[in-house]
Amino acid sequence: MSLSIKDHEIDIVIGALRSDLTSFMSEWRPIFSRFHLIIVKDPDLKEELKIPEGFNLDVYKKPDIDCVVGTSTSTIFSGYSCRYFGYLVSRKKYIISVDDDCYPAKDNKGILVDAVAQHITNLTTPATPFFFNTLYDPFTEGADFVRGYPFSLRSGVQCALSCGLWLNLADYDAPTQALKPEERNSRYVDAVLTVPARSLMPISGINIAFNREVIGPALLPSLRLGGEGKFRWETMEDIWSGMCVKVACDHLGLGVKTGMPYVWRNDRGDAIASLRKEWEGVKLMEEVVPFFQSVRLPREATTTEDCVAEVANVVKEQLGSKDPIFARAAKAMVDWVMLWKSVGSSTSSPGA
Amino acid sequence: MATVSPTPLLKDELDIVIPTIRNLDFLEMWRPFFQPYHLIIVQDGDPTKTIKVPEGFDYELYNRNDINRILGPKASCISFKDSACRCFGYMVSKKKYIYTIDDDCFVAKDPSGKDINALEQHIQNLLSPSTPFFFNTLYDPYRSGADFVRGYPFSLREGVTTAVSHGLWLNIPDYDAPTQLVKPLERNTRYVDAIMTIPKGTLFPMCGMNLAFNRELIGPAMYFGLMGDGQPIGRYDDMWAGWCTKVICDHLGWGVKTGLPYIWHSKASNPFVNLKKEYKGIYWQEELIPFFQSVALPKDCTTVQKCYIEISKQVKAKLGKVDDYFNKLADAMVTWIEAWDELNPSGDISAKIPNGASK
Repeated sequence: MSLSIKDHEIDIVIGALRSDLTSFMSEWRPIFSRFHLIIVKDPDLKEELKIPEGFNLDVYKKPDIDCVVGTSTSTIFSGYSCRYFGYLVSRKKYIISVDDDCYPAKDNKGILVDAVAQHITNLTTPATPFFFNTLYDPFTEGADFVRGYPFSLRSGVQCALSCGLWLNLADYDAPTQALKPEERNSRYVDAVLTVPARSLMPISGINIAFNREVIGPALLPSLRLGGEGKFRWETMEDIWSGMCVKVACDHLGLGVKTGMPYVWRNDRGDAIASLRKEWEGVKLMEEVVPFFQSVRLPREATTTEDCVAEVANVVKEQLGSKDPIFARAAKAMVDWVMLWKSVGSSTSSPGA
Repeated sequence: MATVSPTPLLKDELDIVIPTIRNLDFLEMWRPFFQPYHLIIVQDGDPTKTIKVPEGFDYELYNRNDINRILGPKASCISFKDSACRCFGYMVSKKKYIYTIDDDCFVAKDPSGKDINALEQHIQNLLSPSTPFFFNTLYDPYRSGADFVRGYPFSLREGVTTAVSHGLWLNIPDYDAPTQLVKPLERNTRYVDAIMTIPKGTLFPMCGMNLAFNRELIGPAMYFGLMGDGQPIGRYDDMWAGWCTKVICDHLGWGVKTGLPYIWHSKASNPFVNLKKEYKGIYWQEELIPFFQSVALPKDCTTVQKCYIEISKQVKAKLGKVDDYFNKLADAMVTWIEAWDELNPSGDISAKIPNGASK
């Protein structure tokens, strides 16, 4: 039931927070080599990038970013947010994005998981957000809709976002990982499911894919923690962006899937050190979640850009006075919509 | 948080309810797991037939004559010639928890080849909290080897009480008749190693084949409707109970889990027979789903019974015009609650709504 995708409709965007990408690229080579890659170097990273030969790629570093958006704006792409620059300049329909400390995982049978193929399958088969299917993804081989699933809902809706998972180092926050320093995720759950409409979840930026044409502007750098650092434990930017994306998808009738594919996430960093340094994010979520659960977008918001602008408005009105970080985030969202309009334009026309 | 201590047996707190018209041979395979428990057998169909129960099980058995005797005129709410009659078993039970299973469901094996103790998993599911307010991408955070992911607010990590544990099926999947006709050979071979809470505000198709629930909490909502003999519809009993149950759980702040455990479903019922039973349901559900999605329960519905009566009123008001069947069903829902309260006089669990997790 999936549409046939041409490889040239896909960009793989990697935010490089480490300079030596040799082992990363080599491990992913069997899966990535067919595709065009966009590598964006964290503007704060001083060392030269080391990238092996044999890939079809474009690399963007600070001077390139400055050139496109101006030196004052380029600061929004610092740290993990550098990947958003790749989303901005891509001209492809689908984007797959993986952190540079993640490697191909193996499934329960010991076979290497083609994360790109699974993400594309997720994005090109319908999502079913209006009613929960107890056998999970009904469009996958060997499964279907169960008894009691209304027939009028069985064609589903377009899937805009595919959220993958992680074996080994799961995406826990610093307190959780610090409390269980040895815990590693070894459970491979053989399922993809649609996250129901109006249900929110923490959307991690570590392993995601999306339809840029449909939802591109909603993946955005805006919430930056005061002590944001170079470990995922020290960020919330993706969680914030993910809330915006889900709210927009729910409003526009688009689907979000979660589950496979898995990537193998390497051990990196020290949860306790991160915890000492940064716990602001954990605190902020107490405000962020109820806020997004209450957001209702007006009927007039018919595009993703409209949705982002509306959310920014509400953030400014309702959260802006609670903490300056939210006022800044709201402004960043408004700026992003303008940046997307001027730089992000649309993808190239089909067949080009 | 999940611990490594063994799951309590709860043998004096849980009844296993089994509807049957044929025989209970399947219990032999379940013996290692079921023997400590009390069984409530609800015999459907011809009451003169004797159902043979394997030796060594502690059980009570009810046939149609018993149902009529115990409920008198209220017996009209219990379906005849349909496994929906099982809900009579929930009503007469005196235990805190119920596990219900069909008589064509056997012990399944996990991917390592080990027999799955479905009842033990259901108990674990019921005894650990649910998380309906925010979806955890690593599924059940209380399982060993898992936790809440980054971004999950700490204030929501205590979770709420779990009211229902919905298990799944390997081999013959629970498909409707049209799907069975199109894919007669499809078998579910996918073992999905996950349990998850169905988010608040989301409905699902609840299958009664492998189901456990906290009877003290949600029992009165588990009415399996009017099905079978003399009724225009069949195979929607568990669906109906599931939609009512989910709406009430959402209102009262309790959780519904789905996923593990798996059982092995051995018998594929005849799809043509099923089609006749389901036929009306297939197009009625197009009305039923929007109905349940829009049910709003007033704040003063603080008990399951009050919620259920309120739903029955709305069924009459809004679904009566779809078919007269729904007028009868609404009346039967009221009768059910009356019968429930008669047989369970002190069981009135109030819940704080919303946000307050009860118990």
